[in-house]
Amino acid sequence: MHVWDFYATLSDIDFLMIGLWNTLRVFALALFFGIPLGLFLALGRMSKIPIISQICSFIIEFFRTTPPLVQLFWFFFALPILISVQMTPFVASVLTFSIQSSAFFAEIFRGGINSIDKGQWEAAKAIGMDRPDCLRRIILPQAVKRMIPAFAERSIELLKTTTLISTVSYADLMFQANELASKTFRPLEVYTVVAMMYFFLILIFSQITILLEYRLARTGEGTLR
Amino acid sequence: MQPAVKIHNLHKSFKELHVLRGIDLDVQQGEAVVLLGSSGSGKSTLLRCINFMEEPNEGQVRINGDLIGTERSGRMVYRESELCKLRTRVGMVFQHFNLFPHKTVLENVMEGQLVVLGRSKAEASEKAMLQLARVGLAEKAPEYPARLSGGQKQRVAIARALAMDPEVMLFDEVTSALDPELVGEVLKTMRQLAEEGMTMVCVTHEIGFAYHVANKVCFLNEGKILEQGPPQQVLKNPKTDRVREFLEGHSLFKLP
Amino acid sequence: MQHNWNFSSVFAYWDVLLIGLSGTVKLFAITCIAGLIGGLVIGILRYSKNRWMSYPARLYVEVFRNTPVLVQIIWFFFAMPVVIGVEISAFMAAFLGITLNTAAFSAEVFRGGIQSIEREQWEAGKAIGMNYGTTMRRIILPQALKRMLPPLTSRGIEVFKMSTLASVVAYPETLQQAKLIASYEYNPIEAYTIVALMFFLVLLPMVQLTYLLERRFGKAD
Repeated sequence: MHVWDFYATLSDIDFLMIGLWNTLRVFALALFFGIPLGLFLALGRMSKIPIISQICSFIIEFFRTTPPLVQLFWFFFALPILISVQMTPFVASVLTFSIQSSAFFAEIFRGGINSIDKGQWEAAKAIGMDRPDCLRRIILPQAVKRMIPAFAERSIELLKTTTLISTVSYADLMFQANELASKTFRPLEVYTVVAMMYFFLILIFSQITILLEYRLARTGEGTLR
Repeated sequence: MQPAVKIHNLHKSFKELHVLRGIDLDVQQGEAVVLLGSSGSGKSTLLRCINFMEEPNEGQVRINGDLIGTERSGRMVYRESELCKLRTRVGMVFQHFNLFPHKTVLENVMEGQLVVLGRSKAEASEKAMLQLARVGLAEKAPEYPARLSGGQKQRVAIARALAMDPEVMLFDEVTSALDPELVGEVLKTMRQLAEEGMTMVCVTHEIGFAYHVANKVCFLNEGKILEQGPPQQVLKNPKTDRVREFLEGHSLFKLP
Repeated sequence: MQHNWNFSSVFAYWDVLLIGLSGTVKLFAITCIAGLIGGLVIGILRYSKNRWMSYPARLYVEVFRNTPVLVQIIWFFFAMPVVIGVEISAFMAAFLGITLNTAAFSAEVFRGGIQSIEREQWEAGKAIGMNYGTTMRRIILPQALKRMLPPLTSRGIEVFKMSTLASVVAYPETLQQAKLIASYEYNPIEAYTIVALMFFLVLLPMVQLTYLLERRFGKAD
């Protein structure tokens, strides 16, 4: 019967905290770049110009359909040779997950924009607004409120997906766990603690999401019934 | 005096369906015209062609003498920017109001003025309050549309269109979605506008309104104008059987 | 781009890739089936009126939806052997990690599908004398299954993508094999581009199928 001993793990908790911090850094940056890029791709996909719409559609489909780990490897190992730049694990991670998440965000944007009653477009058109103004002032403000649950869910997915960056040796929480496990010869305790850390981190985000949905439901918008 | 709206040989098809088959219609300044007809007759489509919410396939539309669009190898070509400008001259009110739910009543009426006409906030606000007073809803200015009744929402929608100082107003079945007891207040507002001399074209099922308020009634059938004339003539002494049939259907459940 | 693209350096290893492809398909098929069955079981438990069944099911779903799959795979591969004293193979670790995660998500799809059927259908079944089990079996499930198809298909696509995680514990699936080829031939560009295209071409029909199902039966997740 194995004797559980968390001492080694917990005494090196700082080591793990560095990992947590790095995880959150990549996560935050991926969101920061991914969301605007997603909006850009969504608008591109809805463009009346066929070539723009096709290119954006392709980008969205490609990055939603290919596995993130493959994308990460491509950006980390293949891209630097192609365009001869220095690629660090950090840059590859942020780059990959900004684009990958933007593809999913693009679909959320598109869904949100399409969910707005066509009558709103008509009313804006009828007072002489052009498409950009209508989107900016009438459609998007209404759509954003509806999209928040989907955004939150996708963000949580992103948070879970960041564990992949450990495979390109970026010092995120998963990577630190690997290092600590081999250093202390206590994989059981280390990985259990780390699993619990991820669990609680994501649980907190989930709860924030649910709170957000309740508040939206109270003001009459949002999708919670 | 040129007509406010002059429509010549208008055709509109949706894929296979040929909805408008050569419409010729004149609306004089200050005239109130009602378009009647059964579903599918093309009356809404015709109305929506006047402010180009639908683009005609053939034919010409003139607003106060200005031809809309440019002629190019026998066909009319319309640029989006030109159509946007046109829609500041021709206002439209919809069956389902389509107020902007995330803005207050006042902001709704100001929106077009600020963004499209480029008026200052002060000017837009003043004009908005004027129009809201005109439809009798000045005190609702700070409210959100969700708190208004259907009739009130529709009157705000009318104020929103009026705030753009249009030359022509279009009403697309604006009472069809309202509870019967709220219909009256909207029709009253429309009558008031007509009496003030607003040029308007209305698609409606309210025969009584057509009789008492319209200067001209047009009956559409299968994409053509079957009969047109003063309401006393078309509604009391229709010349065609089709119109007679239609009117009889409408008066089936009248009070004895 | 000055790079000299040389795809033959990858295709020369077509047998290596084939091993990878079969590894991916094997992992995908087994985890899909196990995940769906697991999900069905958990979903029914979750929806049960009995607290002893629904609470543990709910806990299961929360834990396995909110932990990253890679963490689970690593845990099963490195940590579990310590507890139970038996070696866990790469396949087994990947299988456990992906299946348990899939079962948790599928359980929610099942629950959502069952709950989306209006109360009235239950009442109709009751009114003609059916009990819980029969009503579920003959009235609710057939209707619910139709609605569950779109989200389940997109789950399947996710599982297929997750198979690449098995490369982290060196299970010979497609990505892992590509890594090997890239290390032999120093051609990561061609290797990973081909792998990306392979996944794209395989998954695109499935994605289109999901859209089709969505249009016919309603939203995926």
